[in-house]
Amino acid sequence: MLKKVKSLTRTNEDTIVDIIVYIILGITIIASLYPFINILAISLNDPMDTYRGGITIFPRIFTTQNYKQVMDLSDGQLYHAALISILRTVTGTVTSVFCTLILAYILSKNDLFLKKFFIVTIVMTMYMFGGIIPEYIVIQKLGLINKFPVYILPQMLVPFYIFIVRTYIQDLPDSLRESARIDGAGEFTVLFKIIAPLAMPVIATVALFVAVAQWNSWFDTFLYAPSKKELSTLQYELMKKLASSMQNLGNSRARLQGNRSSNQLTPLAVQATMTVIVTLPIVCFYPFLQKYFVKGLTLGGVKE
Amino acid sequence: MAGNKIKLTEKNVILKKISEQKLLLLLMLVFMIYFIVFRYLPIAGWVMAFQNYKPHLGFTGSEWVGLKHFNELFGDPDFFRAIRNTIGMSIIRLIFGFISSIGLAILLNEVKNAAFKRFTQTVSYLPHFVSWVVAATIVTTSLERDGIVNIFFTSLGFLKEPVLWLGEEKYFWLIIALSDMWKEVGWNAIIYLAAISAIDINQYEASIVDGAGRLRRIWHITLPGMMPTIILMIILNIGLLLGTFTLVEQVMLLDNPMVIKVAETIDLYTLRLGMKLFRFSFAASAGIFKSLVSVILVFTANAIAKKLGQRALI
Repeated sequence: MLKKVKSLTRTNEDTIVDIIVYIILGITIIASLYPFINILAISLNDPMDTYRGGITIFPRIFTTQNYKQVMDLSDGQLYHAALISILRTVTGTVTSVFCTLILAYILSKNDLFLKKFFIVTIVMTMYMFGGIIPEYIVIQKLGLINKFPVYILPQMLVPFYIFIVRTYIQDLPDSLRESARIDGAGEFTVLFKIIAPLAMPVIATVALFVAVAQWNSWFDTFLYAPSKKELSTLQYELMKKLASSMQNLGNSRARLQGNRSSNQLTPLAVQATMTVIVTLPIVCFYPFLQKYFVKGLTLGGVKE
Repeated sequence: MAGNKIKLTEKNVILKKISEQKLLLLLMLVFMIYFIVFRYLPIAGWVMAFQNYKPHLGFTGSEWVGLKHFNELFGDPDFFRAIRNTIGMSIIRLIFGFISSIGLAILLNEVKNAAFKRFTQTVSYLPHFVSWVVAATIVTTSLERDGIVNIFFTSLGFLKEPVLWLGEEKYFWLIIALSDMWKEVGWNAIIYLAAISAIDINQYEASIVDGAGRLRRIWHITLPGMMPTIILMIILNIGLLLGTFTLVEQVMLLDNPMVIKVAETIDLYTLRLGMKLFRFSFAASAGIFKSLVSVILVFTANAIAKKLGQRALI
């Protein structure tokens, strides 16, 4: 009965709008997902067969050989690159979150000496940049070229994150902090025992922001450690593959056939396989990512 | 006498405050040193643009040349080409980005089925989380001579034969804009969805009573309701016209010898001169130009925002 009443009030316009909405959203879904599924299918398909074209969402001749062979390329360089990627993501996230939390906590104190000066000093850096060349020279003078800390230090403190966390801490009830102080707890006890657990949502948001940025980063390797094999990351290895195929643009035969003498792999298969490897962690963490990122976006977007 | 006394006690209060906060202030000092070294020293490094900077001579030993590099910069056609490319790509990106994300938010808002809405949203921002290296790999694979885009257009009869999209100057800006749109549309729609959800539901109900159809409701309620956010986002983006970090990544990954004339942005011009040709001082002058114009744009946009009654951003 109810359905009937509903359908009676529907106009033609409603139906047409619905059709258009669902068609366009359907296209959006396909456009967002298809490329990833296609790459996955290519990575699981026999490279010589891929050369014939026409791989869409399913592999035609299923194989996992590509993964094994890609990881073994150039003496297992990719294993090492994966290790560096993980290492920089973990170290970068931990240091960045730790420092951001402490700095945000200090700045959340109302009676902080010279508070305004500190805040202005930090805010200014959101709008003024030295530029690529002077930054490079500073990094060089600090002796960080070709050193692991170059992945951690330059973007360790991001003003935007500091202020998100600070706002969150300020919005926590003051009484918590005060009662702990009266009980004689030191600043760090208050911060790590009381504030930090309560600020977990915002800390998780910032941690994920930083972790994704770290995992996806390749430009700093390109700039500060381009030929240091020991510091290469997965993203940078994939970027090198991409760059070499861009040099051969228009010569898709070369890209598909590649160097057949050494093994079965083709450049396309290598790229697809590496893309899947690089994307996998993002997909695995995706449920957390989208939950906390969206929260973070509204946290930062509404206030300021 | 009395004034002196007050001053003294004020001083005492400050001293007491400092001694109470000495641990926090000490930590603060460390953080300030961090910002000075990593953020302010590079700005101080701008002096090199007025020198013939040589790494082994340093800032104190290098020869001063005044505005020589700036004169040379403004006489270099490549530099103006880079400005044109940057602004051109930025504007096309902005137009596509705005229309697509506003549109997606409106469409999502029209979906009554909550599960489908959530699914579409979740899927649409997947590309946001992958790196530009991955995105660019996908873009180049799709745009191959025998890639999906050519297959699609030739099978529908729009194209007689496959096009090498990335190798043609006339398509490059469009590819940059469309690939950025593909990657960011779902993500950018979030902020507009938030704006829509803040619209008073009574307005919709009243309009239904008045007999307004769905299209009129979109046009007369949803869009005006989003306007403050849209204007805010446009203003925020003005400061980014001379190029963002993502534009650097995107162009660096997608450009190739065939399109270099339309692809080089100000940042890439700076990089080429600085890192490949080692003309540090000259490259720094281009960087300074970009930084200064960007800051002026940001503050102008902020002033406009205030005039329009928006909350100031800075």
